[in-house]
Amino acid sequence: MAAIYSLYIINKSGGLIFYKDYGSKGRMDTNDSLRVASLWHSMHAISQQLSPTTGCSGIELLEADTFDLHCFQSLTGTKFFVVCEPGTQHMEALLKAIYELYTDYVLKNPFYEMEMPIRCELFDINLTQAIQKDRVVLLGR
Amino acid sequence: MAPAAPRSGDAIFASVERVNAELFTLTYGAIVRQLLTDLEEVEEVNKQLDQMGYNIGIRLIDEFLAKSNVSRCVDFKETAEVIAKVGFKMFLGVTASVTNWDADGTCCSIVLEDNPLVDFVELPDTCQGLYYCNILSGVIRGSLEMVSMKTEVTWIRDMLRGDDAYELQVKLLKQVPEEYPYKDDE
Repeated sequence: MAAIYSLYIINKSGGLIFYKDYGSKGRMDTNDSLRVASLWHSMHAISQQLSPTTGCSGIELLEADTFDLHCFQSLTGTKFFVVCEPGTQHMEALLKAIYELYTDYVLKNPFYEMEMPIRCELFDINLTQAIQKDRVVLLGR
Repeated sequence: MAPAAPRSGDAIFASVERVNAELFTLTYGAIVRQLLTDLEEVEEVNKQLDQMGYNIGIRLIDEFLAKSNVSRCVDFKETAEVIAKVGFKMFLGVTASVTNWDADGTCCSIVLEDNPLVDFVELPDTCQGLYYCNILSGVIRGSLEMVSMKTEVTWIRDMLRGDDAYELQVKLLKQVPEEYPYKDDE
């Protein structure tokens, strides 16, 4: 059964603004999650410079033995990436949906400060619903 | 998976929830009146409106990018077209056009056909220096700053001041791509 292990959102300067794990496989303590986030931010930036093709916007998919990492970067520099079971489908669509939830429940909250850690309950609730819906779709196949 | 095609301004405008236009006009009018009462100086009010617009713009840009699926613009000309055709349509329901390109392609005018902010508004003599719609210039400036473009946005023509149309001049000052903290000489 395809599953998401964890979700990270990084701001344009590489700071982790949101982290959520789903199940024990993706769980990390705070320091480790911050480390992963800044590591990914740097790797993503380096990959843009190393890429042999012009106009490369960075790593979109990293496939490893025990996990896949899908990354979506908005044109404003905010990165959304999800660590999931190898072979999980439709992660790009999920990341796009999470981006839309971010623009709604985080950015439209006037009390949310830009680039700061996300502490928006509505975002959490809607995110859980989106992931659940995704799970149901995956299980239903 | 193929990336989604960009959506037109009309399509997005039709799909979002709407609000009564008069409520919008009244709310904006109330904001301007309150700023005039609090700050008293017309220049200060212009600056505040621009700042408010900037704060809106930095958040609005992600909403715009998420809903419209536009890809990175190739040059500033495309940027201006996208702002006029998709942006203004999507958020204000107005059609805008881009004119008056300079030789470099870094400065243009966006002309608004109509403007829901100013329905029923007349400027009194005491507020002659006021740019009533200055929030729009801040919105454009804020949005473009979040996609690495530093711009200067000013009003060229303003119907409330007696001109025949609403014309914004958008000037690209510089492109500021993301700075990465890697220094070779450390």
